[in-house]
Amino acid sequence: MADTGIGAAVRRKEDFRFLTGKGNYVDDINRPNQAYAYILRSPHAHAMVGKIDTSKAKAAPGVIAVFTGEDIKVGGLPCGWVVKFKDGSPQHEPPHPVLAQGKVRHVGDPVAVVIADMKAQAKDAAELIEVDYQPLPAIPTMEAATKSGAPLLFENVPNNICYDWAIGDEAAVDAIIAKAAHVTKIEIVNNRLVANAMEPRAAIAEYDFGTGEHLLYTTSQNPHAIRLLMGAFVLQLPEHKLRVIAPDVGGGFGSKIFLYAEECILTWASAQVKRPIKWTAERGESFASDAQGRDHVTHAELALDKDGKFLALKVSTQANLGAYLSTFAPAVPTYLYATLLAGTYTTPAIYAEVKAIFTNTVPVDAYRGAGRPEACYVVERIVSKAAQELTIDPAELRRRNFIAKDAYPYQTPVALAYDSGDYFATLDMALKAADYAGFGLRREEAAKHGKLRGIGLASYIEACGVAPSAVAGALGARAGLYEMAEVRVHPTGSITMFTGTHSHGQSHETTFAQVISDRLGVPIENIDVVHGDTAKSAFGMGTYGSRSLPVGGSALVKALDKVVDKGKKIAAHLMEASEADIEFKNGAYTVAGTDKNVPFGAVAFAAYVPHNYPLETLEPGLDETAYYDPKNFTFPSGTHIAEVEIDRDTGEVKLVNLVAADDFGTIVNPMVVEGQVHGGLAQGVGQALLENAVYDAESGQLITGSLMDYCMPRADNLPSFTVGTHVTKCTHNPLGVKGCGEAGAIGAPAAVMNAVVDALNAVGVNDLTMPATPEKVWRAIHRRLAA
Amino acid sequence: MPSVTLTVNGKQATVEVENRTLLVQLLREHLGLTGTHVGCDTSQCGACVVHVDGASVKSCTLLAVQAAGTNVLTIEGLAKGDELHPMQAAFRENHGLQCGFCTPGMVMSAVDLAHRNAHPTEHEIREWLEGNICRCTGYHNIVKAIKAGAEAMAGSR
Ligand code: FES
Ligand code: FES
Repeated sequence: MADTGIGAAVRRKEDFRFLTGKGNYVDDINRPNQAYAYILRSPHAHAMVGKIDTSKAKAAPGVIAVFTGEDIKVGGLPCGWVVKFKDGSPQHEPPHPVLAQGKVRHVGDPVAVVIADMKAQAKDAAELIEVDYQPLPAIPTMEAATKSGAPLLFENVPNNICYDWAIGDEAAVDAIIAKAAHVTKIEIVNNRLVANAMEPRAAIAEYDFGTGEHLLYTTSQNPHAIRLLMGAFVLQLPEHKLRVIAPDVGGGFGSKIFLYAEECILTWASAQVKRPIKWTAERGESFASDAQGRDHVTHAELALDKDGKFLALKVSTQANLGAYLSTFAPAVPTYLYATLLAGTYTTPAIYAEVKAIFTNTVPVDAYRGAGRPEACYVVERIVSKAAQELTIDPAELRRRNFIAKDAYPYQTPVALAYDSGDYFATLDMALKAADYAGFGLRREEAAKHGKLRGIGLASYIEACGVAPSAVAGALGARAGLYEMAEVRVHPTGSITMFTGTHSHGQSHETTFAQVISDRLGVPIENIDVVHGDTAKSAFGMGTYGSRSLPVGGSALVKALDKVVDKGKKIAAHLMEASEADIEFKNGAYTVAGTDKNVPFGAVAFAAYVPHNYPLETLEPGLDETAYYDPKNFTFPSGTHIAEVEIDRDTGEVKLVNLVAADDFGTIVNPMVVEGQVHGGLAQGVGQALLENAVYDAESGQLITGSLMDYCMPRADNLPSFTVGTHVTKCTHNPLGVKGCGEAGAIGAPAAVMNAVVDALNAVGVNDLTMPATPEKVWRAIHRRLAA
Repeated sequence: MPSVTLTVNGKQATVEVENRTLLVQLLREHLGLTGTHVGCDTSQCGACVVHVDGASVKSCTLLAVQAAGTNVLTIEGLAKGDELHPMQAAFRENHGLQCGFCTPGMVMSAVDLAHRNAHPTEHEIREWLEGNICRCTGYHNIVKAIKAGAEAMAGSR
């Protein structure tokens, strides 16, 4: 079965429907008698909301109902993680209403909902709503928000600070830095990004008066989490009366993890108006309401001895959380960020403090990589800067500080224990693929044409497959982080597998089927993977943080074990042999040492047509469910190398080469893994060179609020990539897998910016913030030349 | 309400629309052809690309009434039954799609490119895709797929 088993580049099972226009995305679904919702959003970044006059809107053609915060008396959107202040007190958790309650806090904050027969009628009527706004000074930046006397977003959140958290021993780190032979310092801005999955968020809610059941179709990465959060915390609906379906979802990148106001508003309103209601975001609404990513300002210091050995790292970060706490927001700049600051190195002492700040901007939460790209960016930028200051080759400096190949398990000073890795191997692989040795000649050649050429490395580490539930709980998570798999073998031997993870581009329908095909010897055509429906999959935590294969795949292996084991008992009975003598391989049960065998399909049939079956000791059926709670994080790692050429006259940065050498552990489908790396790299390059969410400092308006203004990577911004993998297996999950979804977005920004700065060094520029746009680069060059 | 008669995937249709109805709305909402997607409101993303009289067009940028009398081909009309069009097959073979949302527009756009340029280079493909955004694939495999698809189309001509 090797052709469709683990390791095969199987072409995807999901492709036929996507390629023929038969995908089933939320906006493609229509329910009988469906009405449409339009959400009226705040045009102000910060304002008190007085009277809302909806009378004209209610009288407009086609309008069924108009609701405001006055009408929707439901709970606020909950936050799934509690982070503590340095003194142990919990984060501030101000209310997050689904429709404004007396105040709006960012442009796009929902104020009212109009429900009408037609979409255009709802939108037209929304224009007739008169809202009495009393604008307040907007504080869209962290600087403005933390100035003394700054206006407060929430009365009881002093200084707009959600928490001020730290990890490590500050005094010890300070003492090392004070005595070190060399200290490299860096100021870093990690630019705010908009996920911009190509499918805008959408939802359809429907209430069945006969059964009392609510049904919500939504563009979610984790339907069970939506059901739990919305049911238990917002609407007080029990799970058995609430079904959430996330059908085909057109990309997520984190932004579709979270529970959003619209999902709650629609579910509530559909019972009020007794009709199904559909809402689809326009792209402008996506910009104004989908949780955004990154937005850190950091000061970091790295202490080194005279040989370039890292002695200590001190990091102080301000993280912009936006106007409200999104579902996982508090964890991103803390447990998913500061715990990664050891990177791939043996730095023995690390201290990090993080101040999380509310501002009048769209909430910030996990975006591809979530905290880990920010950590990698700090570490890999400062390491390259140190290399430059000490005139040590950046590859050599990394090698000197890498954790040794035989040092695993390796306990870092910032809580994580790495189980496996070989950073030397991926570094060497990347150096070779990038022809690092030949770079000097290419630089000279470029100089002849008046171009500045630079090369940059990033040797990242990532923590995926979050996390042992008990550990996450101790760190403030309010959820478990296990995963569920059910393998339902049908009487004739075909299989339906149910997972609580969700594929919105990741290819689970193919890769999970490969794992099953590999184990049971069933052809892949006879296996379907079902995800995205709370009525089908028993439970699950969804897909984010590259958890699907490390956690969901492990649950699948456990369920397969159970199937194989039960099959053994049945086969033993059928062949009148002892269970201990039964072996399962190549799709058949055999009696060890004989040629007696019974194929898997016959065992399945016997399980459902138990005429000759040990019914006294064994239940009929062959349908097994397993839950798997991870034993540790997994730790993918690797080195990415970027090479750029800069036009001094225009400031344009051309990315001429991007190499990624990654260690993802066992690879189930190399084609899919390469695709994931490519996509991550493009987003990483986007962050480094193109993308930036810009708010007007005065008004708090999102200036980059459309695809015309926010620069998404296009095909002609990017080169073809060179990618490769080196395998060290994860030691604590059954497949040995680590996860590959975020690597590109983690390594690429630092690699690209190190290359840009390397190129600009030639003209005396030694720092630049992302994105390295032509304007910014040109100014940096010319400011320097003028000086 | 004006009524629009046009041919979609070889079948004639007459539809009552508002003046402001866009071609993409006519396709998705009136004819139920939901393979054509809407990814933006500023004509940037290309998720909505269809062919109008043989040329690729962003169907979010054309009023339905402007399409009266034209011959429209959408992603649903490209395959012959179960047999994928060579460009669709090339996307599958080269993993040129992940979430699938940009895919119909990408494929329709690519088919038009291949009609105009039977052997496009990587550079030409990347330039051509200026109006099609994909957030998932990083374009690497889309470029490979279009190259292979164009060659396959040229070969079968
Ligand atoms: S929907 Fe984005 S270009 Fe047409
Ligand atoms: S495949 Fe998801 S946007 Fe292109």
